[in-house]
Amino acid sequence: MDIRLEGIGHSYDDFEVMRDITLDIPNQQIICIVGPSGCGKSTLLRFIGGLERPQRGQVLQVGDAPKDCLNPLTYIFQDFALLPWRTVKGNISLVLEDHGIRGAAAREIIDDVLARTKLTDFAKALPKQLSGGMKQRVAIARALAVKPAVMLMDEPLSALDSQTRELLMDDLVSLWSRQPFTAVYVTHNLAEAVRLGHKVVVLSRRPGQIREIVEIDKPLSERAFGDADLDAYQKRLWNLMRDEARAADEELIHV
Amino acid sequence: MSDTSKRTVVFRGGGFAPKPQAWIGVMVFVVLILVAEWGTRSGWISALTLPKPSDVLETFRQLYASGLLFQHLGPSLARLVVGATLGVSIGISVGVLIGLFSHVRSGLVPLIAAIFPIPKIALLPLFVIWFGIGEGSKYALIAFGTFTPTVVATYGAVDNVDRTLIRMGQSFGLSWWSIVRKIILPGALPGILSGLRISLSIAIILLVAAEMLGAQYGIGAYILEAGSLYDLERLFAGVVILSLMGVIVNAIISFIERRMLGWRS
Repeated sequence: MDIRLEGIGHSYDDFEVMRDITLDIPNQQIICIVGPSGCGKSTLLRFIGGLERPQRGQVLQVGDAPKDCLNPLTYIFQDFALLPWRTVKGNISLVLEDHGIRGAAAREIIDDVLARTKLTDFAKALPKQLSGGMKQRVAIARALAVKPAVMLMDEPLSALDSQTRELLMDDLVSLWSRQPFTAVYVTHNLAEAVRLGHKVVVLSRRPGQIREIVEIDKPLSERAFGDADLDAYQKRLWNLMRDEARAADEELIHV
Repeated sequence: MSDTSKRTVVFRGGGFAPKPQAWIGVMVFVVLILVAEWGTRSGWISALTLPKPSDVLETFRQLYASGLLFQHLGPSLARLVVGATLGVSIGISVGVLIGLFSHVRSGLVPLIAAIFPIPKIALLPLFVIWFGIGEGSKYALIAFGTFTPTVVATYGAVDNVDRTLIRMGQSFGLSWWSIVRKIILPGALPGILSGLRISLSIAIILLVAAEMLGAQYGIGAYILEAGSLYDLERLFAGVVILSLMGVIVNAIISFIERRMLGWRS
């Protein structure tokens, strides 16, 4: 299943935040969206997943989601969004219950996703007992449980410290290598973008428009921390963004 | 540099972190009672100012031995339980509806704001006309008095449920009812329980007020009778029962909080 964005534009009152965004998200690729703060990258992600409606243009789903897919468009949030009153297991079963999956069938799925995210020993822990990295792993496990066609990741590593971020990037790469998934990955961190993205979409400052799409050919599994090729890509992205980022930083906030 | 003097850095952190020290609370009670006992015995507190704590205890013992204690406590507890259950359950339901639906909110919030500050005791005569002089008017008074603070606490609690959790529920395709039941209600529980502390204390106050205005048995009636006879020992015995009731209600809510809100960090 592919996603196609056609001429997406949006304004709040008469304040234009996004203009004419057309983008293809092909199957089994990770598309990273980067841009200065306030360029509307998180809003764009909410449009893709149907949590908000754009005023202009449309988000199209091309082809059908796989049959066993419970929730085709599944988010991973920056602040994890785990229910603090449910255990790790309970948080995953939450998203299965509404599909009528309970008991043994649910247990099978939960055990599988916990194993894939190395959380098997923490099934009964409450979120308050977990570190930030572990919480995000739980959120990833929860997303995997509904077998998404497209993962929508909204700055998933931004609330974590840099070491945890490295670890989780490795985890995401190995998850993808074992079973390629489609993802839209919004971030302001260029290192994450060049490490995980097959394509990096650079948005301009408000109103957000696509400035450039940078393709990175190197296979995910061959990319590593401190990779010289990736550094070159990262420099190129930063050169594209620097002036915009500075201008965005100096802009007054309109509320 | 070698001859510069060395000193430990002055500690200036710490504090501002109250820790529970249960025995101090008990000590304050004990000391106050001992002072009162000593004062009344030695005579610098006259018998008209304060009864002797030991006499109050004796009165209490007699009350218990004669079986009168339960004759008064029984009806009082029944009124409290029925009235507060009615008020709290209707209050939580209305509060949740206000929290969920804009129309209900716009319609009821001004109404609640209008009836919240009315001293409910002032409405007792009205309740007597509506519900009769018997138990009905007392239930209604307590129910009405607990209703308003419960509503306000509940819709505040629903408003404070983390919106990102609700968005998460929607993004996973949870039904509206599932979101309400599994995300909003548990998320609002801490706020609802702390509102309950206030509304149940109000319930005890109203219970006494209702019983003072027309009841044969009940803690309020007992206190009123003792008061009109200037029987300070019995008056204080009644007051002690009321404050024990308050402490017990509080303890029950704390227990529920510990059991159901263990997930809070």
